[in-house]
Amino acid sequence: MTGSAPSESAALPEALAEIRHDFLDLGVKDRLQLLLEFSNELPELPARYADHPDLLEQVVECQSPVFIFVEIDDGLVHLYATAPRESPTTRGFASIVAQGLDGLTVDEALGVPDDYPQTIGLVEAVSPLRIRGMTALLGRAKRQIREKSAA
Amino acid sequence: MTVDRDPSPKFSEYAHPERLVSTDWLAEHLGDEGLVVVESDEDVLLYEVGHIEGAVKLDWHTDLNDPVQRDYVSPERFAELMRERGISPDTTVVVYGDKNNWWAAYALWVFTLFGHSDVRLLDGGRAKWEAEGRGFTLDAPDVATAEYPVPVRDDSVVRAFRDDVLAHFGSPLIDVRSPEEYDGSRTTAPAYPEEGALRAGHIPSAKNVPWGKAAADDGTFRPLAELDAIYRDGAGLASGDDVIAYCRIGERSSHTWFVLHHLMGFENVRNYDGSWTEWGSAVRVPIATGSEPGEAPVAAAR
Repeated sequence: MTGSAPSESAALPEALAEIRHDFLDLGVKDRLQLLLEFSNELPELPARYADHPDLLEQVVECQSPVFIFVEIDDGLVHLYATAPRESPTTRGFASIVAQGLDGLTVDEALGVPDDYPQTIGLVEAVSPLRIRGMTALLGRAKRQIREKSAA
Repeated sequence: MTVDRDPSPKFSEYAHPERLVSTDWLAEHLGDEGLVVVESDEDVLLYEVGHIEGAVKLDWHTDLNDPVQRDYVSPERFAELMRERGISPDTTVVVYGDKNNWWAAYALWVFTLFGHSDVRLLDGGRAKWEAEGRGFTLDAPDVATAEYPVPVRDDSVVRAFRDDVLAHFGSPLIDVRSPEEYDGSRTTAPAYPEEGALRAGHIPSAKNVPWGKAAADDGTFRPLAELDAIYRDGAGLASGDDVIAYCRIGERSSHTWFVLHHLMGFENVRNYDGSWTEWGSAVRVPIATGSEPGEAPVAAAR
């Protein structure tokens, strides 16, 4: 099998390694509280995006509308995300991905293991199905990084 | 029924008006003896950012589903959940949640499987309560553990399995997913890429009525005449029909089950909770693609 956590930890960027450590250090219930803290830390969108709703990618169905925007500045990745206040779990996921990728080089960000969300101890706390939402978020972020760094 | 029903005129036209309460009614009855308010959301953290005073949390994933087998929790575990939340068999339970009560209806449906007699939905759910400025609290409720004998779960009345669907052809099926999932252009809802199946499309002869059509803009249920226009005129359901509803994993279709059974009065409505994630991956079950329902295959013998 592939993707075991220990072999990846060497390559894992510091911020993401620290986030993982913080979650795994807690009991299952407290992990939800930490996720809530991440949710509360998600910054407002910069005005240059907030004023441009045309940049938002509309999601058709009734699930949480989460939007991510990658900027690459001087070869470094910055991720901005927005999700409604009524979707704190999604906000928490977005906040972890945004904080974990911020300031990484393109190569470092693209090297983040795709299964990182499954390794931070949230599967038991929020259910496997939900954690796949964060996996998708990370995947989309990496896709944007790829597209924008190629441009 | 421990607590009086909500006499709102809006509800009187529905088949089972005792299954709904209004925000006004709930505000007046909060704290009544014999009443427990339950919050069940899509978002596992929403309760923690504020909830109706005294409400307990019940999570549809982590509490109601068995952690290993794809099924609901055992009767023993259900009884334990009820005790922990201060619910006994004669408690009036009012469920509310986010996203037009999608998961609240799912919780209510699971309560029904376990035979809990008095369980109601808050019309309009969490969003309406908030829009009316009624307020939320961060305080944990003071719950006194209750007695709840281990119930018998009866899957035969409101739940359909794959073989039931194969034997059902010729009777109405309602697919409550998005048109894109129904016609086969995608196997998942747009933001749920992992809830997929190996094949896209729909169960042949199923009519597509996305679940959200039953809700008005403020999240409350539409009046009966509008529901009739959607499900009778639009999807061809007729009184006396035996109906099976499905979606992707069975939660959205429990909302439609609530509408068809409790609001419109269809007596025989089942929710196929295996839904598309099972059907679209099962070997040799018939599938139709495109926007038309397609012909019903010959029903399997029972």
